[in-house]
Amino acid sequence: MMHPLDAVAAVGRGTLGAVRGTGAVARFGVAGLSHLARPPFYGRMAWHAFVEFGFFSLPVVAMTAVFSGMVIALQSYTGFARFNAESAIAGVVALSVVRELGPVLAGLMVAGRVGAAMAAEIGTMRVTDQIDALGTLSTNPVKYLITPRLLAGIVALPLLVVVADVLGVMGGFIVATFKLGFNPHSYLVTTLDTLTSDDIVAGLAKAGVFGFLVALMGCYHGYNSRGGAQGVGAATTSAVVSASILILAFDYVLTELFFAR
Amino acid sequence: MPAEPKIQVRGLCKRFGDKVVLDGVDLDVMPGTSVVIIGGSGSGKSVLLKCILGLIEPDAGTIAIDGVVLARGPAAQAARSRIGMLFQGGALFDSLPVWENVAFGLIAQRKATRAAARDRAGEVLQQVGLDPSVGDLSPAELSGGMQKRVGLARAIASQPDILFFDEPTTGLDPIMGAVIDGLIVDCVKRLGSTAVAITHDMASATRIGDRAAMLFRGKLIWQGAAAALMESGNAMVEQFTHGRRDGPIQMELRR
Repeated sequence: MMHPLDAVAAVGRGTLGAVRGTGAVARFGVAGLSHLARPPFYGRMAWHAFVEFGFFSLPVVAMTAVFSGMVIALQSYTGFARFNAESAIAGVVALSVVRELGPVLAGLMVAGRVGAAMAAEIGTMRVTDQIDALGTLSTNPVKYLITPRLLAGIVALPLLVVVADVLGVMGGFIVATFKLGFNPHSYLVTTLDTLTSDDIVAGLAKAGVFGFLVALMGCYHGYNSRGGAQGVGAATTSAVVSASILILAFDYVLTELFFAR
Repeated sequence: MPAEPKIQVRGLCKRFGDKVVLDGVDLDVMPGTSVVIIGGSGSGKSVLLKCILGLIEPDAGTIAIDGVVLARGPAAQAARSRIGMLFQGGALFDSLPVWENVAFGLIAQRKATRAAARDRAGEVLQQVGLDPSVGDLSPAELSGGMQKRVGLARAIASQPDILFFDEPTTGLDPIMGAVIDGLIVDCVKRLGSTAVAITHDMASATRIGDRAAMLFRGKLIWQGAAAALMESGNAMVEQFTHGRRDGPIQMELRR
């Protein structure tokens, strides 16, 4: 029979496990970043990670941004028309895309594409002794594998978000002008009048944080994977799920930080 | 005066949770000799090698190379950088071509430029019986035997004075196993290295080793000449080397 204190013990174990896990991730991230300031530097690895993170994610991020901008324009119109506020659509699309949807959707898309791939690649290296082999060849595995990917995440996602912002606004523009009959010139003027540099900078700062989180989760779960193919599969799932949740949680925190008055 | 051991292990202990993997292991490996460690699956052979390599931190005990006790820090790192390792599955880097796998240590240790390292990779590939053109292939394009040869080439490329071999013939047919053993013996002789190999392939053990030791339940239960492995006089060792179903090891398992 279950003792009444067993439930308390289970909660305690869960809490300790969560705290221990958070600490382990934080230490891993700090270890990875600390190598940015200490030679040797693996520029080729960073470039490969950047290309994988940024360039090859362009199509999926671009399509997501365009369709998101189009949907916002359409939904805003149907809602705002009830209050005769259709003229606000340009501003709503611009602010939604630049402040929120650009960084968040790009982050989630990249988490699914690149975060999973990172976890699978590093996890496979772990279970096939390749990471141990690095250690025997006078190479710090964290410096060689993790630091370049963290750097790529921090740099590449903001660049992707610049593209996503432009394409998202363009998607709204296309729907507003071709379907809803807005004047193209006044739509663009309203868009530019609405956006401030703070909006753009805050969106890009969010993207930098999200890029770091995607790379961190992919690397952490891959690096600590165990037990063959099943372990690598579990690491991949954990990387995507944890990165997605962290992106949404940090989005709230950063929004509070940048925009709460 | 007797020579100082190249590798000296004293009282090495390691446990994972409740499972004791190494339980006070003492081992001396003399310079220029090849020691083969045999033992069943899960007996702690790989953990012993990984502790010496610094890949796993032991719970207790000391490891010394050339009389220098290894701990953390640059001195230990420098001592360990003189060890070359052939992993059981090859552990070749999938994302790099074969030549870059072979030359990885040279480039990482700044011992050669990329161009010079590439030339050196070609030479070492030839030493292990592979054509230098194999260097342009990716590891996935190689057979199991070729992957072992490339792993061996990587281990010897920076001319280490200590070589470790983890199950060098596992997964290979007997002829290819003998070829790999022959290459290992040649490489160790050519470099004048000290070698430690772990295996449960008895033919390989007697081909590679000058000395042999058996690890059982985390303890070294026998040490002697590799030539005496099949007739050691130790019931456990003889049961293991002759692959007998019945004997003290199985009796202990049944208990």
